[in-house]
Amino acid sequence: MKNLLEQYASIVGDVVIDHIRQLAAPLKGMKILHINSTKEGGGVAEILNRLIPLKRELGIDAEWEIITGEKDFYQCTKKMHNSLQGNRDEISDTLYSVYEKTNLRNFERLKTKLEQADVVFIHDPQPAALLYHCKDRKGKWLWRCHIDVSHPYRPVWKYLREYIKDYDASIWSVSTFVQPLSHPMYLIPPSIDPLSEKNIVLSEKEISAFFDSWKINRSFPVISQVSRFDRFKDPIGVIQSYRLVKKYIPVQLVLAGGGASDDPEGGQVLKEIKTFANHDPDIHILELPPDAHRAINALQRGSDIIIQKSLKEGFGLTVTEGLWKGKPVIAGDTGGITLQVINHFNGFRVNTPEGAALRIRYLLKHPEIMETMGKNARQFVLDNYLITRHLREYLTLVVALLYGSEEKIELNLPAR
Amino acid sequence: MEETNFNIMDCALIAIATGEKAQNLRELGDYLKNTHQGCLYYHFWGAHLHSHFDDLEFQNDFAIWTSRKLNDSKISEQLSLIDPNIYKDMEELRTEVIEIIEQQLYELEYVPWAKRGQEFHFIRSQIVIFDTGVFVNDPKDLLKRIPEMSIGSIFYHFIDSRRRLPDNRNDFSVWLDRFRNKYTGLIKDLDMIDPYFTTLNELRQDINTVFINYFEGGTA
Repeated sequence: MKNLLEQYASIVGDVVIDHIRQLAAPLKGMKILHINSTKEGGGVAEILNRLIPLKRELGIDAEWEIITGEKDFYQCTKKMHNSLQGNRDEISDTLYSVYEKTNLRNFERLKTKLEQADVVFIHDPQPAALLYHCKDRKGKWLWRCHIDVSHPYRPVWKYLREYIKDYDASIWSVSTFVQPLSHPMYLIPPSIDPLSEKNIVLSEKEISAFFDSWKINRSFPVISQVSRFDRFKDPIGVIQSYRLVKKYIPVQLVLAGGGASDDPEGGQVLKEIKTFANHDPDIHILELPPDAHRAINALQRGSDIIIQKSLKEGFGLTVTEGLWKGKPVIAGDTGGITLQVINHFNGFRVNTPEGAALRIRYLLKHPEIMETMGKNARQFVLDNYLITRHLREYLTLVVALLYGSEEKIELNLPAR
Repeated sequence: MEETNFNIMDCALIAIATGEKAQNLRELGDYLKNTHQGCLYYHFWGAHLHSHFDDLEFQNDFAIWTSRKLNDSKISEQLSLIDPNIYKDMEELRTEVIEIIEQQLYELEYVPWAKRGQEFHFIRSQIVIFDTGVFVNDPKDLLKRIPEMSIGSIFYHFIDSRRRLPDNRNDFSVWLDRFRNKYTGLIKDLDMIDPYFTTLNELRQDINTVFINYFEGGTA
């Protein structure tokens, strides 16, 4: 059985893996700890699920812990999430107090690990206050922001900034998300894992079985959006686009959503979607469990066009996944999507349901263009957004942090 | 001979946002006067080592932004034609970019603006350089090594070299110079490669082709 790095080499090439091994050499034996708030659901958990074993295979003592909280804690952090993405979602003092106490409680539980780690990656706002409690820390602490904070609701950002400013550095997915801070602000886009259940190659038989099981007829076009049931993903706008297309071309829409354990609003949004869909037999709303990775893979591979009509987006890993499956992607002109979807190259960026409808009609009428865009899409992800690139940048960042702040850092490594 | 060994180095780049952002052409010029020198390097060269779409139309981030976000095709064409190879250092390059911007501001009746959210974000980089432990002492051995080089190695030896060496040269040519006049033709062909209008993958291919043509008459 090949080890993980060898398996990736078969996709990205030996040169890329060799490069990663050499970069990791000075970090062997280091304790690197990642903290977030959920092991299941959402892009962060998916990335960490594979990054940790990869780092361990490189000889790094990498660990992943989650912080836990009660319902009020998640309500508060969901409000923080919404506010950081620009919604005015007021947070009461009571909820702030729950946030602080939950972080303190988690700090006490994880104290030894947090104090002893050489590098601690804190993902997103949920565990951001852990640093405040960790007075005897030994290592460098990094705050990793996965969301679009380009126009935050100021009072909430101001509150959170008090915790974040004391980190040694922060990491952002896209330069437009960056909020000014006095420490180094690194830019690292996230990635997808080509070997995960969600992205590995599937047989046509398995793809067909998935569509049959949900009674989706593939003899006419399928457009699908995979995302949490979240208003920022504009599921209502997607249905509006579908209705505009359907006047001209028979088409089916699939809205597939998996809940994340740290998202308390999903149920309400799902209810709104169902009401708006109004029992249309060609709209398929799939409620998938957080671990339905293979089902999502089959859906994306069997769809004709992938849509991700987000109004706000962190990076948009479902876009990356769709591109990786060789599909043109029609997506909201926002956040990290602007880095991934290039008009007329691998899809289209849109601003309205009308815009999305227009592009869907255009593509369905030009299958040869869809095919070319699909090929471009896959190659673009191979070159830029696979987990091996992400790992390389994390390693570069840690080396840079540990070896100095100069523009050029020369490592004196022994020859292989 | 030890002194004729060519050590294959590699590098990895990490991008850092400076937090500076320009909303219009005047701000772009103003920030450029004082921003970190590394920003010039990143926006002309470094972005090749960071995730990005290889824009076929414009060759540096300033040209792309002025075209796509300010809709000013005149200045984007002028900025795109700046060849960073010909400047002695980043300060000279900085002066040239500022000069073009100021000339355009002088000629325009209004200052072109970008919409909110479409500002130019200044980025600099840190580069970690490491020795791969692989070296060659016969130039012909590079025939086998070049296709196996990472894009980081190509960047280091062919692009980053221009900041380290006089006359904007590449490491291969400088090393081949040590063999007296033995490889003059090869050096000339390598020096002719323009690393600017290409991706790093294509650049690796171009360098490889030059070596194949020289040692195997283009038959491999």
